[in-house]
Amino acid sequence: MAYNHKKELSKPERFAPGHRLCSGCGAGILCRAMTRALDEEDQAVIVNATGCLEVSSFLYPYTAWTDSYIHGAFENASAIGSGVEAAIKMKQKKGELDANVKILVIGGDGGTYDIGFQSLSGAMERGTDLTYFCYDNEAYMNTGIQRSSSTPRFANATTTPAGKVSTGKVQNKKDLTQIMAAHGIPYVAQTTYIGNLRDLHEKANRAIYTPGPAFVNVMSPCPRGWQYPTEDLALICKMAVETCVWPMYEVIEGTWYLNYEPKNKLPVEEFMKLQGRFRHCFKPGNEWTIEEAQNYVDRKWEELLSKVN
Amino acid sequence: MSIKDRMSGNEAIAYAMKQIEPDVFAAFPITPSTEIPQYFAQYVADGKVSTEFVTVESEHSSMSACMGAQAAGCRAVTATSSAGLAFMYEMLYVVASARLPVTLACVNRALTGPININNDHSDSMGARDSGWIQLYAENNQEAYDNYLQAMRIAERPDVRLPIMICQDGFITSHAVENILLETDEKVKAFVGTYEPENYLLNPDMPLAVGPYDTCPYYMEHKVQQAQAMKNAKQAILDVAADFERTFGRRYGLIEEYCMEDAEAALVLIGSTAGTARACIDEMRREGKKVGLIKIRSFRPFPAEEIAKALSGVRAAAVMDKSEGFSGCGGPVYAETCAACITLPKVPKLIDVVYGLGGRDCRMEDIRRVYDHLYEILETGETGPVYLHMGQRSNEKEVL
Repeated sequence: MAYNHKKELSKPERFAPGHRLCSGCGAGILCRAMTRALDEEDQAVIVNATGCLEVSSFLYPYTAWTDSYIHGAFENASAIGSGVEAAIKMKQKKGELDANVKILVIGGDGGTYDIGFQSLSGAMERGTDLTYFCYDNEAYMNTGIQRSSSTPRFANATTTPAGKVSTGKVQNKKDLTQIMAAHGIPYVAQTTYIGNLRDLHEKANRAIYTPGPAFVNVMSPCPRGWQYPTEDLALICKMAVETCVWPMYEVIEGTWYLNYEPKNKLPVEEFMKLQGRFRHCFKPGNEWTIEEAQNYVDRKWEELLSKVN
Repeated sequence: MSIKDRMSGNEAIAYAMKQIEPDVFAAFPITPSTEIPQYFAQYVADGKVSTEFVTVESEHSSMSACMGAQAAGCRAVTATSSAGLAFMYEMLYVVASARLPVTLACVNRALTGPININNDHSDSMGARDSGWIQLYAENNQEAYDNYLQAMRIAERPDVRLPIMICQDGFITSHAVENILLETDEKVKAFVGTYEPENYLLNPDMPLAVGPYDTCPYYMEHKVQQAQAMKNAKQAILDVAADFERTFGRRYGLIEEYCMEDAEAALVLIGSTAGTARACIDEMRREGKKVGLIKIRSFRPFPAEEIAKALSGVRAAAVMDKSEGFSGCGGPVYAETCAACITLPKVPKLIDVVYGLGGRDCRMEDIRRVYDHLYEILETGETGPVYLHMGQRSNEKEVL
């Protein structure tokens, strides 16, 4: 059925207002969207890695989650999800569970690309029936904007600051979506907050209702870390897609689909110039950083096109 | 009627698990506990249990999966040793603070650094402040019996704490001994079912687990946890009483041997108790008034019981099978000294760190400790209180 934004938004909210996420933060949008992608009558267990979202959505004695929710630690959301999955199977076997229960795991890039990578890989390999949503804001934001393996090259982070002899992070961003695709799981997708969120909604829904493991990587700008005015969130997401910095694609049972191809692929600086974390790249003498960033985006884009064609 | 059989400590634990049929077993191998998930995997493969057997990619994940499963309303178990337990440390605290009665079979092995696969207690002693109940077994029978009692203790509403059932790696985990097993029906009836008040999969009431706990709440939660550990003492005794009524074997917080008139005593944990008992029998025949206190429950620590048992003793040696690196003695010694401070007449107390990394402890070693205690009594000089036994050295701090 075609996506009806109005209808989707008229569903009861499952991620309640009153949480303490910053305005202009991507994570809250994802929490609302992924729970909206659930069929209303279905039950969910949310598993959350330690991070901004956890400390902002479940401060004792308040929770923003209307579904059952569990947080254990930073690096193990997928493993906790595996335990919940085993419990669901067991309760179904015993006839103690009638409802359809879906497991939605959510973590930032720190808890997903880095410290939680082992447990994520393990749960995927085991075929655990859960959907992992990564809100990828490209650094350890909760502890104060330290670099992660997801931080793009040249970004200014507090452990890779730009300085007299530094142009920010030295390494390129880890391509986790492709690594997850290489696990051979039934569903992998990459998306962000574009327009009426149709792409995110459809991917979240497909991921949740694909039997077995699914992984959805959602670029989620952070106004504190990326240094932008909060109202620019949607613009930054749009530019990430229009420059091909963050292509929207999905891998269904091993087949690659590109969901959006810009008519005119914009230069990468259109994405970078909106954000304070790349400010130093625009200083005289640092032109090469933008060239290098462009070269990298071009190479990755061509690689992706070769997979989808 | 109990069933006479013979099996290793690992098989005894796996057999108890089969009889209890927990909902979820999250497994990751590490010597010497590996056999437990192996035996259990065969039970699963042969359709003898309906348990969900999750073969995770690390011990951190096995404890995490246990957390998820137990919070979701299931009985979750795992088994590990040494570095595996160390890898779980973070989650041990999290599971305890979430008040999830997970059951862990700990087959004690030395912690790595350097790597060593043999027995001592450094793994579980390192986890002593994590909020887990710890019961220790002397032999296969006790490992089996402790496991049958574990869930009843841990799941009690006034306790709700995770529990570790410890036994000595290789010494009991791999040694085949005679054992009395109980029937599946009696075991299932004794253990009962897990009926949590709140759980993630409750269709009528969602649950949130693992909050960010700020200053106004954190301390209240810690005090509740501390109270639960205090309550665990009575729970252990109550379950032991019911166990004795049902199966005829008696357990407590500590076990005393020849303590009624003892003037020199040992305080220790685990399989060394058997060696000590044999030595005591020999020395008693020589007219020596020697005795033994074996600690079964290290968490909660039976301070009053130990102090009472030591109240008539003139000199005692606490035997620590882990080096706490406090610079002044091992953990069992520190806690025993603290327990005795309430006594009107505190016995002379020394610490003997022994058996690290599987260093053998024989009857003549135990006798040397008693002889040393008699030397203290005869000279009135306690001498060094922090001793190591069994290593190659001529230092005076070595027994």
